[in-house]
Amino acid sequence: MADQPETYICRCEEVTREEIEAAIKNGATTMNELKRWTRTGMGLCQGKMCSKNVSRILSEATGQKPEEVLPSTFRQPVRPVRIEVISGHD
Amino acid sequence: MKKAELVIVGGGPAGLSCAIEAARLGAKVLVIDENERPGGQLFKQIHKFFGSREHQAGVRGIDIGTKLLEETAILGIEVWLNSEVVGISKDKHIWVVKDGKTSLKVEADKIVLSTGAIENSLNFPGWTLPGVMGAGAAQTMINIHRVTPGDRVLMIGSGNVGVIVSYQLLQAGAEVAAIIEAAPRLGGYGVHTAKVRRAGVPFYISHTIKRALGTDRVEGAEIVALDAKWQPIPGSEFILDVDTICVATGLTPLAELAWTLGCCFQFVPSLGGFVPDHDQYMETTVPGIYVAGDIAGVEEASTAMEEGRLAGISAAAALGYLSGEERERRCGEVWDRLNSLRSGPYGEGRRKAKELILSTEGGIACDRAI
Repeated sequence: MADQPETYICRCEEVTREEIEAAIKNGATTMNELKRWTRTGMGLCQGKMCSKNVSRILSEATGQKPEEVLPSTFRQPVRPVRIEVISGHD
Repeated sequence: MKKAELVIVGGGPAGLSCAIEAARLGAKVLVIDENERPGGQLFKQIHKFFGSREHQAGVRGIDIGTKLLEETAILGIEVWLNSEVVGISKDKHIWVVKDGKTSLKVEADKIVLSTGAIENSLNFPGWTLPGVMGAGAAQTMINIHRVTPGDRVLMIGSGNVGVIVSYQLLQAGAEVAAIIEAAPRLGGYGVHTAKVRRAGVPFYISHTIKRALGTDRVEGAEIVALDAKWQPIPGSEFILDVDTICVATGLTPLAELAWTLGCCFQFVPSLGGFVPDHDQYMETTVPGIYVAGDIAGVEEASTAMEEGRLAGISAAAALGYLSGEERERRCGEVWDRLNSLRSGPYGEGRRKAKELILSTEGGIACDRAI
C-alpha cells in the first residue's frame, strides 16, 4: 500500500491512516470501536468505500485474521434518508 | 400497504433473470431498483461476452440487457425505479424510499437480494483528487453518458475490468498512458489483454502508484516498481503525465441488507470478502431471503444471470408454483450451465470457492444484526 500517515482512508469523514492507527494503539480492536472512536464509516457512504481498507489496517496492526475483522454493525436505514422523508413513513 | 409475493432488490442481470424466471412460473413479482433504468451494469458492457453459445457468448452485454427488459415487459413484471431499499425487517417488511422523497412499506413473502457489488478503493496520497475514479465509473461515463473522463488515463489493475475499460477508453477517444499491475503477472483474459497491447498501451507488472500529483485535480501519477515481497524499490519511481487515474482493483459484495437481516456470512477473498452464506437454491440462512449475482460472490454477468434463475425457481417453488421434484429438475439444469461457466483457468477457482460456501456448515457472524 502506498498510503502515508496523512492519507485519508475514510474520505467522507476525512479520517487519516495515522488517526486510525492511533485509535488502534489506544486499544481499539474492532471496526465498531474504530467507528465510534474516529467516525470512520459514519459518513455519506456508510463505510462502503473505506470499510475494506480500514479492516486491512486493523487486521495488520492487531494480527487478527481478515475473517475475524467483522464490518461495523449495519442498521436501518442503510442509505442516507432525509428526516422529513422518515417522518412521512406510514 | 403494498404487498408482493416476491420482491427483488436490484434489477441488474441477476435480479431481472430472477424476475423473469419466477414470473413465468406464475409468481407476482416486484423489482425495486435505485437507478433510473434497470439492467444494472449490462448497458455499459458494449463488449461481447465469453462462454458457450447457450451462455450468449459473442453477444454484447447491452444486447442481453435489452432482451431482459423486453421479456420483463412482456411478462408484465412491475418494476419500481429510482427506488432505494433502505431497510428490511425480519418479517419481510421492506422500507423503500422512492425518488428520494417518499417513504413506502412493501410486504413480501419472499425476498431476493441482488444488489451487486461496489468497486474497491485504493488509498494513495492524492486519491481524493478529482480525476481519480473507479474504472467502472469511467465506463459509465463513456458508455452511458458519452463523455470521456479525461484525455490521458492511467489504469491501475490489469484484470478484466482494467483491460476492458482501457480498450473502451481508447474507443471513446482517450489515451491510455499505461496499465499498471502490482502482481508479477497480468490478471485479465488473454484476448482482452492482447487487444489493448496491440493498440500500443504499455503494461507494467510489479508496479504500483506512489501518489497522484496535482493540487485541484490530477496532473500526473508517480509510479514505483515493487520487489518480490511487494515492497517499493527506491529509485525506481517515474512520473506519468495523466489527468485521470482509474482504479480497477476488484469489487466487494453490497451486502448491508443481508447483515441487517442477521444472515450468516462466509469470508471468501476470491469472491470479494464477506459473502452471505447460501445453499444451492441461493437461499440464505434466513428462511425466505435469497441472494443472487455479485452479492453472493463477485463473478460475471453470465453467472449472475444463472444464479438469478436459480433464486427465481427456488422462490417460485417455495411460493407453491412448482413441485419439489420440478424445482430439482430445473435447478439441476441451471447448475449444469453454472458448472460449465465456472471452468477453465479463470472459472475453476470461482467454482471451488462457491463449492466451499455450499459445503460449509454454518457461517460466521450469524444473527449479528440485533
